[in-house]
Amino acid sequence: MHDMLAEPIGATALDATSVATADCVRLSTVGPGDRGEIVDVRAESHPDGHGVDVHELQRRLLEFGFVEGARFEVLHEGAIWRDPIAIRLDDMRVALRRRDAEDVWVRLDRT
Amino acid sequence: MSEVALRPARVALVGNPNTGKTALFNALTGSRQKVANYAGVTVERKEGHIVTAAGRALSILDLPGTYSLRARSPDEVVTRDAVLGKLAGEQAPDVVVAVADATNLRLVLRLILELKAVGRPMVLALNMYDIAQRQGLRIDLEGLERDLGCPIVTTVATRKRGIEQLTAQVDALIASGALSTENVWHEPSAGEIRGAHREAQRILKAYVRPPERPDTLTGKVDAVLLHPVAGLAILFSLLFLMFQAVFTWATPAMDGISAAFAWLGVFVGQALPDGLLKSFIADGVIAGVGSVLVFLPQILVLFFFIILLEDFGYMARAAFLMDRIMGGAGLHGRAFIPLLSSFACAIPGIMSTRVIDNKRDRLTTIMVAPLMTCSARIPVYTLIIGAFIPNTHVWGLSLQGLVMFGLYAAGIASALGVSFVTRRLFWRGAVEPFLMELPTYKLPSAESVLRNLLTRGQIFVSRAGRIIFPIMIVVWFLSTFPGPPAGATEPAINFSLAGRLGHLLEPLLAPIGFNWQMTVALIPGFAAREVAVAALGTVYSIGDADNHVGALATQLSNHWSLATGLSFLAWYIFAPQCASTLGVVKRETNSWRWPIIMFLYMTTLAYLSSLLVYHVAVAMGGG
Repeated sequence: MHDMLAEPIGATALDATSVATADCVRLSTVGPGDRGEIVDVRAESHPDGHGVDVHELQRRLLEFGFVEGARFEVLHEGAIWRDPIAIRLDDMRVALRRRDAEDVWVRLDRT
Repeated sequence: MSEVALRPARVALVGNPNTGKTALFNALTGSRQKVANYAGVTVERKEGHIVTAAGRALSILDLPGTYSLRARSPDEVVTRDAVLGKLAGEQAPDVVVAVADATNLRLVLRLILELKAVGRPMVLALNMYDIAQRQGLRIDLEGLERDLGCPIVTTVATRKRGIEQLTAQVDALIASGALSTENVWHEPSAGEIRGAHREAQRILKAYVRPPERPDTLTGKVDAVLLHPVAGLAILFSLLFLMFQAVFTWATPAMDGISAAFAWLGVFVGQALPDGLLKSFIADGVIAGVGSVLVFLPQILVLFFFIILLEDFGYMARAAFLMDRIMGGAGLHGRAFIPLLSSFACAIPGIMSTRVIDNKRDRLTTIMVAPLMTCSARIPVYTLIIGAFIPNTHVWGLSLQGLVMFGLYAAGIASALGVSFVTRRLFWRGAVEPFLMELPTYKLPSAESVLRNLLTRGQIFVSRAGRIIFPIMIVVWFLSTFPGPPAGATEPAINFSLAGRLGHLLEPLLAPIGFNWQMTVALIPGFAAREVAVAALGTVYSIGDADNHVGALATQLSNHWSLATGLSFLAWYIFAPQCASTLGVVKRETNSWRWPIIMFLYMTTLAYLSSLLVYHVAVAMGGG
């Protein structure tokens, strides 16, 4: 896992297209209708805030398909504090809390 | 003969949740299946025995659904350990059948790569193949077979298609003498998970052509069902309907069961001479069995809805809608259904907490479920409200109705409060991540729903009964022995152990305004909350109190002060005495620790709230 921390941010997607990190936002900030591509899944925000440690959360996110290069579209959000969010991730639908989505960095499509 | 020839070959079904794995298991084994528990854990073990067309006996094990062998919940630990052959009391499977939803292959491909590392001979069952074909999804089966290095069978479990081909393939694999290769599986690191996804992506790109007519129905339905306003409104209407059905559909059956057992009791009473044997059979055994079976209708109705909604794909949506609302009290979104079920009866509520993966989240839900006002409290509430609350109107609303509503509200508030305090004081830290697949909607198959319902009923009767029934016998024993001396005029229960215990406990309960009659009534009331009504009738010498509530209410209002009546109501908001609930908690948590903690904390809350209510009422002149 430490090897993941050492990896430069978004090594897989960002370097290839050399887009500045400034273009990227956290998945926790997006709203319905937003679509784009996942560029990086990190393990750093709120070490005590997920009920599991950040590396475990990172692996769960990865296992669910939140992986660099995956396409997503935000479908719905909850009534209270617009949380959780439901998104289409490649060809499946997934729901998650915004808090647990903070370490997923995405690049939104320009439309 | 060798051991291999004697025992059936072991086949384990492994797959993601929502892939129709259980439907495939049902199609394979039909009614030749049995449900038990794995040794030492409360995870259900479903096994079925079949014989293939070639005459080979197979023992098929349905393992809990998982996205990875890197187990996170107790269910997933079972799947991992069973596949690895490390599970206590289980041998490693001879063949693994990986079950995949043909329309949703990405995540299961990653799981298959993990299964390959384990090295067991494997067959891939591409289930829901009809839906894939309807969507125009093309899969190059031969290419995929070659690439994955395992045979592939296409199946439609709900229509029993491809089942024989699947067993034949398993048979052929065993017959060919395919041996396990070395197990090289280890917990994948984040980097390895990324690598597996790249590999899955490569395989998808090479052998699967995206659907020409992808499913659009799920998106359209979700636009309504997950709408922040309409979605919640629909959820609450659905729950209201469910709650109503539990009461209206189950009540006739429950009344029927009660009446049947009452009749049986009377019948046996007439057939047997007076004495201990008659009392044991009529009041102990028959009443005991009846008190277990009487819950069955509610449990079946409730589970009918739960299974239906689960199979349809709605449960994940309900959890999505409720997550933030429940989250405020430290509960997981999935705790909603169990808590709602507990309004009918805490037993099905506690049984349905299995939908919660995380152990702490599940335990918190189990511990607060009995605080929801169950239907067994209604007879007690009705009696005391009728006796002590004047039948007047306040602002055009019935005061008695308002008090009843207040008791329900107090139950909900205390459940949320206890959960909140538990999560703040004992199990600090955030609730588990909420990360959930929203499966595509599917029409549930009637056969599968009925089979699951039947299984639920069997589990309740056999396991819960095994715990509830002996407790009933103990309660009977306590209220019967020793018998009254000859010529005694007081009710027999006064002379029994329960009576003595009541007298003994009286000084303890005096500060909360309980007299000794109430204390005595609480002991048989331990069997089930509503039994307290009949028990009060017994100690106040009113025969058949259940059907003469008016007479009993008059007696109570003559003997008790208003403060005592209110104190008794407050006691019953928390009232720990329900042997069945404690029994089910023991069964679901596999430990006496949790029922004991539950009993202690509920008794403490009941005592403190009664103390408060009694003294406030006395201070206000209600003594």
